[in-house]
Amino acid sequence: MMPDEILIFAEHAGGKLTRAAWEAVSAGQQLARDLALPASACIVGHVGAEGLAPLPAELASADLREVLALDSPQLAEYTAEGTARALGETIRARQPRFVVFSHTYQVRDFAPKLAASLGCGLISDCLGYRNEGNRVIFVRQVFQGKFSADVEFAGPSPWLVSFQAGAFRRDAVRRGASPAKVTAAAVALDAAAIRVKPGERFREAKQAVDLSQAEIIVAVGRGIKALEHLELAKKLAEALGGELGASRPICDSGWLPMDRQIGSSGQTVAPKLYVALGISGAIQHQVGMRGSKTVLAINKDKEAPIFEVATYGVASDLFEIVPGLIEAIKKAKGS
Amino acid sequence: MKIIVCLKQVPARDAVLRINPAGTWVVSADVSFEINEPDIYALEEGLRLKEKHGGEVVVASLGPARAQQAIKEALAKGADRALHLDDPAFENLDAYGAAKVLAKALEPEKPDLVLTGLQSDDLGFAQTGVILAELLGLAHSTIIMEIQAQGASLRVKRELEGGWFQWLELPLPALVTIQSGINKPRYATLPGIMKAKTRPLKKLSAADLGLTPADFRPRQTILKIYVPAKRAHTEFFEGSPKEIAARLVDKLRNEARVL
Ligand SMILES: Cc1cc2nc3c(=O)[nH]c(=O)nc-3n(C[C@H](O)[C@H](O)[C@H](O)COP(=O)(O)OP(=O)(O)OC[C@H]3O[C@@H](n4cnc5c(N)ncnc54)[C@H](O)[C@@H]3O)c2cc1C
Repeated sequence: MMPDEILIFAEHAGGKLTRAAWEAVSAGQQLARDLALPASACIVGHVGAEGLAPLPAELASADLREVLALDSPQLAEYTAEGTARALGETIRARQPRFVVFSHTYQVRDFAPKLAASLGCGLISDCLGYRNEGNRVIFVRQVFQGKFSADVEFAGPSPWLVSFQAGAFRRDAVRRGASPAKVTAAAVALDAAAIRVKPGERFREAKQAVDLSQAEIIVAVGRGIKALEHLELAKKLAEALGGELGASRPICDSGWLPMDRQIGSSGQTVAPKLYVALGISGAIQHQVGMRGSKTVLAINKDKEAPIFEVATYGVASDLFEIVPGLIEAIKKAKGS
Repeated sequence: MKIIVCLKQVPARDAVLRINPAGTWVVSADVSFEINEPDIYALEEGLRLKEKHGGEVVVASLGPARAQQAIKEALAKGADRALHLDDPAFENLDAYGAAKVLAKALEPEKPDLVLTGLQSDDLGFAQTGVILAELLGLAHSTIIMEIQAQGASLRVKRELEGGWFQWLELPLPALVTIQSGINKPRYATLPGIMKAKTRPLKKLSAADLGLTPADFRPRQTILKIYVPAKRAHTEFFEGSPKEIAARLVDKLRNEARVL
């Protein structure tokens, strides 16, 4: 058996290590340091596939014991089955104490399968952890961010843990004095073992609005209650000279087109001013707007997570606040 | 096509939640519950597939007695029958435990397709569906925004990050987890509600399923839940709407410099 360690899963897309990969390295390095364990990283793919060849060496610039490159032609394209098999074999052989992931769409797709196939636990979408002597306690959101939960693994390791986007900083990744050892490992994978056939990746028809360049955005959430109330948000946007944006449920119900959706599955914006009207501030929304310079949140629930990223907060009914605000802005602009 | 839709109840979105005295979960006694949002979309997708291709929609729900309300709603919308997995031993299961119990109940049904929501609004693990697929040995895909059934296989549109998508092909039987927004869920009709009363609802306990607590022993434990510590330095404005508007305009003009 290999010596005890932390194993980090490094995701890649389009021939590049993703931001999520470096955030996982950052998380894994910190956990390794706190537990006085070495950290190694693992990349899954096919060296013959476009762009993959340089990635293990790039990863090896981080302060790691080893970089494992799990390779098979069957891994040229991501599939949950391929990735879970390849990682499962490695984890079985190495018996790391923790396996660290970023909570990306890809990880959500395969990590629960991997955990179940190994008979071990996965604590998903964590914000961080506390090291309390011999116990590591993970912190994650429940009830869409209304509460936090302290969670601990039950049962024996390996333990799988995924961290939310932004929970660890990619610029905190420690570089090694010399490159880490890169080990290429061929994975024996039968094509028949992969039942799901992935097709092309695509975007829907060209987006009509590009909110990424907008200086001012007024975004509406489910707190707007009814389609006819959108008019109020439009008027505020007009008064401010800004664009209209929305949380996902507003676009899901067809009240605004998809290309106005802000968040992990929509656009990422960074305006000078972001006004959030009746938006709770779920993490999937926050990742799309937390680069905004100034955030004004109006939400009747003072505990709403949106206030965690707000510069200015009004914990009231938006229908009481917004009409007067529109008037005051118009007056100020006129003067 | 035999379709099984897994759905769970979660506290209603606008429910005022209080943490229980032990600090381990919320007080559920005075809270109203509703079907987890993505699960409503999963049910709708199941009903549409049945309407198009024929077959049967079975709903499976794991939860205490109150889950019958969710089951009745699903039956009223058009599900043909229901499995209610209810046992005191099923309380507070983690994702693995819930998937294990569901797997035992679904196995003898031999479904062609299992649909679940992509995650729950309470625990938010985003794991149960995928673990269930693994336990049942099914091909799976997650975060699905469109399903086309083509004979013995499915073509599904998977959502990726940042507005990207991908089509995938899965052989049946399969499990897919459904993303909110995939369709426009229907409302139950009065005739539907009447008909629901006659539709079979089978209750299954741990013993009925041949399970003992050792089979669904937790792999993770919630030690406590709490209101997150505030990290932000949000400046809050109070007063009459007029006062608030005036002070906000001042800030937007002189601090944020956007007016
Ligand atoms: C894989 C995945 C991807 C996702 N991608 C995105 C994404 O890209 N973008 C996105 O936004 N979401 C996304 N979501 C959904 C996200 O998790 C939340 O469900 C969603 O952001 C909630 O939208 P909301 O804040 O409008 O609604 P809710 O969470 O329902 O919040 C409504 C808010 O309005 C407030 N309110 C109600 N009435 C009033 C009133 N009269 N005055 C003031 N305030 C009021 C309430 O207090 C509440 O805080 C995604 C989810 C998943 C699982």
